[in-house]
Amino acid sequence: MKYYLRKLVTLIITLFVVSLLAFLAFQIVPGDAAARILGTEATPESLAALRHQMGLDRPMLVQYGDWLNQFLFGDMGNSYSYTMSVKALLGPKLPITFTLTAMAFLMIVCISIPLGVWQGKHAGEASDAVTGAVGQVFMSVPSFFLGIVFTLVFGIGLKLFTQGQFIHYDQSVSGFFGYLFFPALAIALPKSAMAAKLLRASVIRELQQDYVRTARSRGRKFSSVLRVHVLRNALIPVVTFLAMTIPEIVANSIIVEQVFTIPGIGRLLLSSILASDYPVVLAIVVMLAFLVVLMNFLADVLYQRIDPRIKVR
Amino acid sequence: MKRRNWTLRIGGCVAAVMVALILLGTVWTPYDPNALAGAEKSMAPCLAHLFGTDNFGRDLFSRVLEGGRTSLLIAFCTVAIGGVCGTVIGSLTGYFGGLVDEVLMRFNDSVSAFPNILLALVCVSIFGTGKYKIILVLGVLFIPSFARIVRGEFARERSRDYVENARIMGAGPFRVMFAHILPNVKTVLLSSVAIGFNNAVLAEAGMSFLSMGVQPPDASLGRMLAEAQGSLFTMPWYALSTGCFMVLLILGFSLLGQGLQEQEREL
Repeated sequence: MKYYLRKLVTLIITLFVVSLLAFLAFQIVPGDAAARILGTEATPESLAALRHQMGLDRPMLVQYGDWLNQFLFGDMGNSYSYTMSVKALLGPKLPITFTLTAMAFLMIVCISIPLGVWQGKHAGEASDAVTGAVGQVFMSVPSFFLGIVFTLVFGIGLKLFTQGQFIHYDQSVSGFFGYLFFPALAIALPKSAMAAKLLRASVIRELQQDYVRTARSRGRKFSSVLRVHVLRNALIPVVTFLAMTIPEIVANSIIVEQVFTIPGIGRLLLSSILASDYPVVLAIVVMLAFLVVLMNFLADVLYQRIDPRIKVR
Repeated sequence: MKRRNWTLRIGGCVAAVMVALILLGTVWTPYDPNALAGAEKSMAPCLAHLFGTDNFGRDLFSRVLEGGRTSLLIAFCTVAIGGVCGTVIGSLTGYFGGLVDEVLMRFNDSVSAFPNILLALVCVSIFGTGKYKIILVLGVLFIPSFARIVRGEFARERSRDYVENARIMGAGPFRVMFAHILPNVKTVLLSSVAIGFNNAVLAEAGMSFLSMGVQPPDASLGRMLAEAQGSLFTMPWYALSTGCFMVLLILGFSLLGQGLQEQEREL
């Protein structure tokens, strides 16, 4: 219990520091909200008046406190480019990116675990060498290029989907999942290859342990030893790896959304960066940062849960 | 009998061929990468144009070599900045330890938890795009990973007998660190350089693909892929040849890095 409490305190401090850093980082960019609103007609006097009115002349830390307070209650300020609140802008896009990330993660789990175990079981055989080599190539393919290849093969060649014609979940739920299938696969394949390689090494290491020989000598079938004993131990490093890949999946989805023109958080982030729409960029960055920190926390906790041997510090 | 390290061999060969091709591209390309040829628009790959031509009749092989040069230059500078700074920081903190080490490594861990591309996007939105800014941003972002690896090695090596002996012989801390310990962590360092190279090429390609990286007139593989995507229907070879070239470059360095790691483990 004390372990979790300590981790939780560290988590809160990290979130605090990360949000402060992100907030301060966007303070150094030239041109603040007041200058954006007044545009070219700004005079030094009107600018100063508006700044005072908006509270931009207060100390930085006071502004941060204010912003954080609003952020925690769901008010992320207003977009510069659109006459909308950041919250309203993000609202419809979050479920899309979330679904894409979740699908990619599920695919990674479903591909890498059976593949890694199978490779570990057949280590040293020709089939292992061949799948290993294929995996090695997939690890080196950036997911946006994989997305382009999928568009070419499955979109243009086999006509399984039309690139650029995103189907919103309001229109058709099955169409929505169908359209997100290939983008998710493009994100998932390189990561699956990495996870499978890790699991393979882990399975090989575990198979050499004494407990495997003991279980075998007591008459258990190899497959049952593999499933019951080996897999549980072999999965430990993989689970941590999987938790840590979630931020990577989100980062990759920013690029892959661009390839498949999916109107998610990634595309919004890019267009906001290009338009210097800082409130939107700040909100997305802080949200992603929170996700990264949370996933790290989760990885730590999971690691401790599945392997009680790990010292509680 | 010693097992042959095929990962290292294949990786080394692929990386060497790709780098040699790109270096050759700096002095000689089959055609001028920017020469327009109206009669040779959108040609599929053939003997005269290995990778085909684009919609302006420019030879894609020459353009890929030029783009590869930018990617390689950026990767090289990034790894140089990250590697040198990371090695200095990692060796100092690993050797001396103490509070500074503790604080720096905590900071390091939190930075490396974030995906590179995300941090790079944040930096670009604040500082702007362009070749040199990308080098600087990626270079700084690569420091933590090098620092962490070098720190681990130095912390382990410092209690070894040879270090103790050198100290008794009267060698100062900097002599011990850089003349005695550093040569012993060479392989680890080399493998992280190769893996850093692979990550740098990936990061730069991703940024340029999103048009947040290298800006025209500088060519880059990522930018070319973004362009190629628009004409996927009419000229699929544009995207395929550019992408495959990039994959081979990344594959070479990643195998090289893994091969060096394997070798280190066997020693």
